[in-house]
Amino acid sequence: MTDHEHSQGESRKGTKSGGLLPGLVKGLITTARTLGRPTHTTEYPDAQPYLPPRSQGVIALLEENCTSCMLCSRECPDWCIYIDSHKETLPATTEGGRERQRNVLDRFAIDFSLCMYCGICVDVCPFDALHWSPEFEYAEVDIKDLLHEKERLGQWMPTVPPPPALDPSSAEPQEITAANKPARTAPEARS
Amino acid sequence: MNPVLEVVLRSVSVLAVFLVLPLIVGQTEHKVMAHMQGRLGPMYAGGFHGWAQLVADAAKFIQKEDITPRAADRWVFKLAPAVALVPYLVALAVIPISPTLVGADVDAGVLFVLAASAVGILGLLMGGWASANKYALLGGMRAAAQLLSYELPLVLSVASVALAAGTLSLSGIVDAWHPLWLLWQLPGAMVFFVAAVAELQRGPFDMPIADSEIVMGPFTEYTGLRFAFFLLSEYAGIVVMSLLFTVLFLGGWHGAFSDSLGPVWTLAKSAVISVLIIWMRVSWPRLREDQLQRLAWLVLVPVALVQLALTAVWVVLSSR
Repeated sequence: MTDHEHSQGESRKGTKSGGLLPGLVKGLITTARTLGRPTHTTEYPDAQPYLPPRSQGVIALLEENCTSCMLCSRECPDWCIYIDSHKETLPATTEGGRERQRNVLDRFAIDFSLCMYCGICVDVCPFDALHWSPEFEYAEVDIKDLLHEKERLGQWMPTVPPPPALDPSSAEPQEITAANKPARTAPEARS
Repeated sequence: MNPVLEVVLRSVSVLAVFLVLPLIVGQTEHKVMAHMQGRLGPMYAGGFHGWAQLVADAAKFIQKEDITPRAADRWVFKLAPAVALVPYLVALAVIPISPTLVGADVDAGVLFVLAASAVGILGLLMGGWASANKYALLGGMRAAAQLLSYELPLVLSVASVALAAGTLSLSGIVDAWHPLWLLWQLPGAMVFFVAAVAELQRGPFDMPIADSEIVMGPFTEYTGLRFAFFLLSEYAGIVVMSLLFTVLFLGGWHGAFSDSLGPVWTLAKSAVISVLIIWMRVSWPRLREDQLQRLAWLVLVPVALVQLALTAVWVVLSSR
């Protein structure tokens, strides 16, 4: 690869000089030199292509993290995320306590026939429920099958690469800072 | 041998050569062009490096629907591919591979080949005119203009060789050939080469087809087998022009052990010329229409005329 770039730089320098004939000869020399060099082609179906680990192939959903906040769905430029949820009331855990409500996710679907892979949903998710996976081999014969429901989106989760390591001089991650804080002194917090 | 049998045998072998050599050139172009562009080219058909790609292409073309546009001039439209293809077959029949290996030994072979290959222009013009398509019409007009203007330098440079050899027979020209001709006829050879590539409408002279401007020129409306015939005629044209260049300027079967290896020499030399034609297409951008005409009339024709005069003077002086 570096070889290739080097030779490109050379030929760019070379075009400065010369009238008609040198240019034509230079063209012939360039193509002949490329002929003698190994190709950069990867024979894809036979050999897997090399993709950078952070490639944006497909969006994976970690369902447990999703709070049905709808931020991703609202930010999506082409509205390809469908979310249905309902409220569930949790009984009070202690005697005389207050009942609590939480959102339960019924449906989370991304229509990859509409998705333009901008990644805004992944960026905007405050709870890290959406992740990029480098997998890309999910073409379908029927365009309707590109609508991935939450089960399918969840299946991509194991293919998500671990987050990149932090810089050596960076601050500690938020989670560790939070864990290292002294415990609050309130008596018997909810378990 | 029975004369009828001999004619049939000769025709069949010419036809076989006509069908095989263009495929080899086409496959070479696939692979050479791909590697010159840092690609691999066809890799699947036939197993080994896609050697059967063009056979597969032919099978595909045969299955395709043969569409004739409603507004087209039906008979002219349907006849055009044959008119483009057959002249090269006829021309190939009289080009000698070795003194004995020739489809039909014609006395005025040079004249015959030039006349036959010039008919091919008609096929393009017919296709362009009959398609009822503005791009096809533009392409056909460009083809006609280009082929007419390049026919002149082509004929003039061939005339120079014929004058030098003192014969119009192709085998006669090869017999009279001498290695010094490479130098003496060099300007004529270059004119012939450039004009031949322009006649074939190959890059950098592919203005009539110019797929980035006028879709596919005269071929725009063609589908299936008829389109394949046009493509085949292009590659058959490369074969004919390379063989002709070899016979006229490179001394055909002359070379080491030419008694036993004569045909091999002819084919090897024309293979080199074919690769050169492919190489030019890959390396150089297309000429504009006016540049194309300028090259023909202001460069090639004068050079060819000077070469003709030079040859004439030499022949007169040496025969005295």
